[in-house]
Amino acid sequence: MASYTPTVSIDDPRTSTGGNGVLPPAWGGSGDNFGSPFFDVRLRRARLGLVVGLTGIAMIFISFTSAYVVRQGLPTLDPRTNVLLHDWFPVPLPRLLLINTGVLLISSVTMELARRQAARKAALAQLAAVPGVWADADERVSWLALSAVLGLSFLVGQWMAWRELGANGFHVSSSPSSSFVYLLTGMHGVHLFGGVVALLTAGVASMLRRPADSQSIVVDVTGWYWHFMAFLWVYILCLLEFVH
Amino acid sequence: MGLVLLLVIWLITFISAYFFIAKTWWLPTGASAAAAGIDHHFTTTYILMGIVFVAAQVFLGLFAWKYRDRAAASPARYSHGNNTLEIVWTVLTLILFVGLNLMSSSIWASERFRPAEPGALQVEVTGMQFAWYFRYTGADGKFGATKPELIDPSAGGESAIGLDTTDPASKDDVVTGTMYAPVNREVDVILRAHDVIHSFFVPSMRFKQDAVPGLAIHMHFTPITAGDYEIACAELCGLGHYKMHGMLKVVSQEEFDKWLTAREAEKQ
Amino acid sequence: MADGTGGRETIMATREIAAHEIHAHAAPQGFIRKWVFSLDHKVIGLQYYFLALTAVFVGMFLSLLMRIHLIWPNVPLPLLGEIKPETYLSLLTMHGTIMVFFVLTTAPQGGFGNYFLPIQIGAADMAFPVLNMLSFWITFIGYIVMLSAFLVVGGAPLHGWTGYPPLSALQSAGPGEGAGADLWVISIALFCVGALMSALNFITTTLDMRAKGMSMMRMPLTCWAWFITAILGLLAFGVLFSAGILLLLDRNAGTSFFVPLVVVNGQLAAHKGGSPLLWQHLFWFFGHPEVYIAILPAMGLCSQLVSVFSRKPIFGYKAMVYAILSIGLLGFMVWGHHMFMSGMSPYTAFAFSVMTMAIGVPSAIKTFNWLGTLWGGRIRFYSPMLFAIGFVSLFVSGGISGPFLAQPVLDIPLHDTYFVTGHFHLIMGVASIFGIFAATYYWFPKMFGRMMSESLARWHFWFTFIGTYAIFMPMHYLGMAGATRRYSQFTELAYLRDLIPLQKFITYAAIVTIAGQFIFLFNLFWSMKYGKKANDNPWEATTLEWTTATPPPHDNFGGRTPVVYNGPYEYSVPGAPRDYVMQTDPTTVAAH
Repeated sequence: MASYTPTVSIDDPRTSTGGNGVLPPAWGGSGDNFGSPFFDVRLRRARLGLVVGLTGIAMIFISFTSAYVVRQGLPTLDPRTNVLLHDWFPVPLPRLLLINTGVLLISSVTMELARRQAARKAALAQLAAVPGVWADADERVSWLALSAVLGLSFLVGQWMAWRELGANGFHVSSSPSSSFVYLLTGMHGVHLFGGVVALLTAGVASMLRRPADSQSIVVDVTGWYWHFMAFLWVYILCLLEFVH
Repeated sequence: MGLVLLLVIWLITFISAYFFIAKTWWLPTGASAAAAGIDHHFTTTYILMGIVFVAAQVFLGLFAWKYRDRAAASPARYSHGNNTLEIVWTVLTLILFVGLNLMSSSIWASERFRPAEPGALQVEVTGMQFAWYFRYTGADGKFGATKPELIDPSAGGESAIGLDTTDPASKDDVVTGTMYAPVNREVDVILRAHDVIHSFFVPSMRFKQDAVPGLAIHMHFTPITAGDYEIACAELCGLGHYKMHGMLKVVSQEEFDKWLTAREAEKQ
Repeated sequence: MADGTGGRETIMATREIAAHEIHAHAAPQGFIRKWVFSLDHKVIGLQYYFLALTAVFVGMFLSLLMRIHLIWPNVPLPLLGEIKPETYLSLLTMHGTIMVFFVLTTAPQGGFGNYFLPIQIGAADMAFPVLNMLSFWITFIGYIVMLSAFLVVGGAPLHGWTGYPPLSALQSAGPGEGAGADLWVISIALFCVGALMSALNFITTTLDMRAKGMSMMRMPLTCWAWFITAILGLLAFGVLFSAGILLLLDRNAGTSFFVPLVVVNGQLAAHKGGSPLLWQHLFWFFGHPEVYIAILPAMGLCSQLVSVFSRKPIFGYKAMVYAILSIGLLGFMVWGHHMFMSGMSPYTAFAFSVMTMAIGVPSAIKTFNWLGTLWGGRIRFYSPMLFAIGFVSLFVSGGISGPFLAQPVLDIPLHDTYFVTGHFHLIMGVASIFGIFAATYYWFPKMFGRMMSESLARWHFWFTFIGTYAIFMPMHYLGMAGATRRYSQFTELAYLRDLIPLQKFITYAAIVTIAGQFIFLFNLFWSMKYGKKANDNPWEATTLEWTTATPPPHDNFGGRTPVVYNGPYEYSVPGAPRDYVMQTDPTTVAAH
C-alpha cells in the first residue's frame, strides 16, 4: 500500500490556535508522525510520551537516592575491632557548582523562550503561503541556540568541577560520599547531554528548513525535558549538600 | 480430548499428591527445639494448600471434559460473572492466606524477635571460600581479636580466621573445622563471612541464615537430639559452593566439655 | 482519557479528510527499510519474537548441559569435554539471565505485545515507531553482548542471574568474574534501556491511541496485561539500571557501594564499607515486578483464549482488571520475600510476608475466573486452548508453592533449595512459556496467513505438559529434603547423595521434554510455507485483529479506522445470529 486512502470521520475539538477555525492537517515527511495528521494530537502524544519517559528516568535517580541514604546511615563492621563504625564524611563541594547551577537555571529560562518561539514559528508557518504576511518577525535571537550553548557551558563547568574535586583529593573511589558526588553529577550530565543533542538536532532541522510544526514538537518536548533536568540538578545539589 | 485432559490432569495431580502424603522425600527429622513448631506449621500449610491444589486441578479437568463442545451440548451460558461469588471467594482466600501468615508469624516472632538466652553457648561461625570454621571462646568467655591482614586460609584453623594471637583473649579461643554443641543448650551463633555471601544451613535443625561480609549476625537454635548433622552452604559463593560443607556434632554436655578441654590442651 | 469515546472530548467539529491529501504510513520499500530497520510494529514484533526464539533454544541447551552434568559430573561431553564446577555455574548464570530477560521479558511483551496491542485497540501503529525500532536494536545489541561473555577470557560469569555481590563485584572471586561479568552487566544495562523505551511506547499508545468506542473497559484483557506490564517495566527497569551502574563502578572504579572489607584467598580487597544487602534490595525491587512482567501477558492471553474457545464471555471482566491492577501494585511491595534469610531485620521480614500473602489473592481470583469461564461453556480443543488449559493447571501448581515460601518460618528450611527452583520454573519456566506457545498457535494464522499443524501441535502439547510436570514437580520433594540449589554436583554431602536417583529422573524427563520442543520448531517453520491457508478469522473470535486482513496491511486496517461498539468477549449472546459478536459490529449491541 503506497498511500493511505481513508474516508475518515474524526472528532477533534481543538486546534493549537485556540479554537477558532480548523487547521489543515500538517504532515511531516515519511516516518514518525506519531500516528496522526493533527498537530495538537501529535503534540499531546509527544508530551504524554515525555511524561512517561521522565517517570522511568526519575526511577533511576530515586534508586540512587535510596542507595545514597542507605549508604550514609550504614554502619560497617570493622573486622579489626569488631565495632560498627560510620564512615560517611561529606565532600566539600566546589563553589563552581553554584555558578553551574546559575547557568543551568538561566538556560531553563532561555529554553522556555525557545519553546514558545518555536510554537509561534509553527503557527506562523501556516500563513507563510499567504502573500503579504510577514511570517518570521521574531527571528532576532535564536533562544534555541542560546540554550544549547548554555547547556554545553554547564557541562563544561561540571567537568571543571570534577577536575577541582580531583585536585583536592576526592576521586570516584576515595570515599563513599565522593563516589556519590561523581555518580549523581555524572548521570545527570549524561542525561542533560542527551537534551543538548536534541536541541542541536532541532537546530539543524530548522536550518534544513524541515516543517516547523514537527520541529516545534521536538523543541516543546525538549523544553519540558530541560526544565526537568534543571529541577533534577537542584534536587541533586540539595541532596549532596544538605542530606546527612 | 476433554476426557484425555481430565485423565492426565487428574493423574498428575494424584501422583504429585501421593508423594506429598507418603512423604517419600521429606524434611529430615527435626533435631532442634524449634523444629516441632515449624514442622507443625508446615503440615498445616501443606494440608490446606494441598486441598486447594487438588480441588483446583480436579475442577479444571472436570470442566474441560464436562463442557466440551459436542452436538448434544446446550449453548454456552452467556454470563459476565457473578459479583457475589467474586466477593465470597476473595474473602475466603484472604482469610486463608492471612490466617496462615498470622499463625506462622507467631512462630517467627518467638524465634527471631528475641536474642539468645543469657546462658547460651557462643559459637562464632565463619564462612569463607570454601570452608566453615567454628570458634569457641574458651574459659574467659570472650572472643579474641581477629585482623583481616592475618587471614590465611591455606594455613587452616586460627590463621584461616585471622586470629590475632597477640590479643590475650585469643589465648583460649578454640578454632575447629567441625562444630560441636551440647544437647539441650541454646547455641548463640555469630555468623560472619570473609569474602562473599555464604549461608549456614543445617537441615535437621531447621536452621538457615546467610553469612554476610561486613556483618556479624546473631542467630540461635537449641539442639535437642544428639547426633551428627550435615551442614550445607546455601548461598552461591563460587566454584566450590557444592563442596562447602561441614558437620555439626551434638553430644552430651560432658562429652562436649571433654572435647573442648582436649582442643584447648592441643593449643599449648 | 478513560471515557467511552476513545479519549476525545465532546465533538465540536467533524472533519472529512479527502483521501488523496494524506500520505500517512506510506509502506516502506527496500529490504533494509522493510525488514531490518522497519518502523512497522508488526515487523518489530516479529524481530523480538525471533530473537526470543533463538534465546530460548540457547537457554534450553544450557539447561540440558546442566542437567547432564548434575548426574554425570565426571563424564566428558562431545566437543565440550568435562564440565568443571565453575563452568556449571556459568551455564546456570547464563541460562537464568537469558531466559528471564531475552525470552520471558521479550516474547510476550516485545513480541506479541508489539504486534497486537495497536491492532487490538484499533491503532495504525505504536505511538513512536522510531523509538520502537531503536528499542529492538538496543535489545538485540544487549543480546549479542550477553552471548559474547562466553567468548572472553575467563568465560561467562558464575554469580547466578541474581548477581549478588561481593561475588559479582570482585574480579578475584571466581573464574568468569572478570570481563565476562562486565559484559553481563553491560548487556543488562542495555536491556534496561531498551525495555524503558518500549514501556514508554506501550503506555502512550494504550492511553492515547485507542479507536473510537474502545474505552479502557472494552479493551481485551491482553491489552490490559500489556499496559500494566509496561507500567511495571517503566518503574522497575530504572532501578535495575541503577544497580547495574553501581555494580559496574564497584567492579572497575574502586568504589564500595556493595563491597565491605573482604579478604579473598588471603588477599585484602581494595574495598570497604559497602553493603551487599543494598544490592539485594535494589535488585529485588526490580526483580519482583520482573516476575510479574513475565507472567501478566500470559495471564491476559489465557483470559482471552478461555473465553474464545469456551464461546463464553470471560467470567468477571471487571474483577480481572482489578486483579491485574492489584498484582501490579502489590508487586512493588513484596520484594523482601526474596531476602528473609539475608540478614534483613525480622520485623521487616514480617511486613513483607504479609504483603506477599496478600498478592496471592488476586492471582487466586484470576484462577477462579478462568474456571468460571470454562464452566457452562462449549469448549473447542484447538491447540491454543490446550495450552491455555495447560497454563491454568501449571499456574495453580506453581502458585500453590508460593504461600509456603511467603512465610518466613517455612522459608527457613526451603530458601535456596530446589523447592524454590521448582516453584519459579513452574510459574515462569513453564506457565509463562505456555503463554508464548499459546500465543504462537493462536496468532500464527493472523501473522503468516496459514494454520499451524494441529496434530503436531498436539504432540508438542502432551510432550511439554507431561514433561515439564515430570521435571519440576519432583523438585519440590528435593527441596523439602534439603537439596540446595546452584550445586554443581551432589557428591559431597551424604543426604544429597541419597537424592541422586530423583535427580536422575528429572534429567531423563528434561532430555525427553527438550527433544519434544523440536516438534514446535519444525511446526513453526514448516507451517509458514506449507500450512493450510487461513481465512481472516479462523477461530471465530471477536477482537479487532480478526476484523482485518490476514496478514494485516501496513497500516493495520487498510485505510479504515475501526469504530468499536461492543466489549471483547461477546460470545453466545442470546438472540445473536452467530455465537460471536465482533467488537466492531453495530447491529448486535450487547450489554457492554
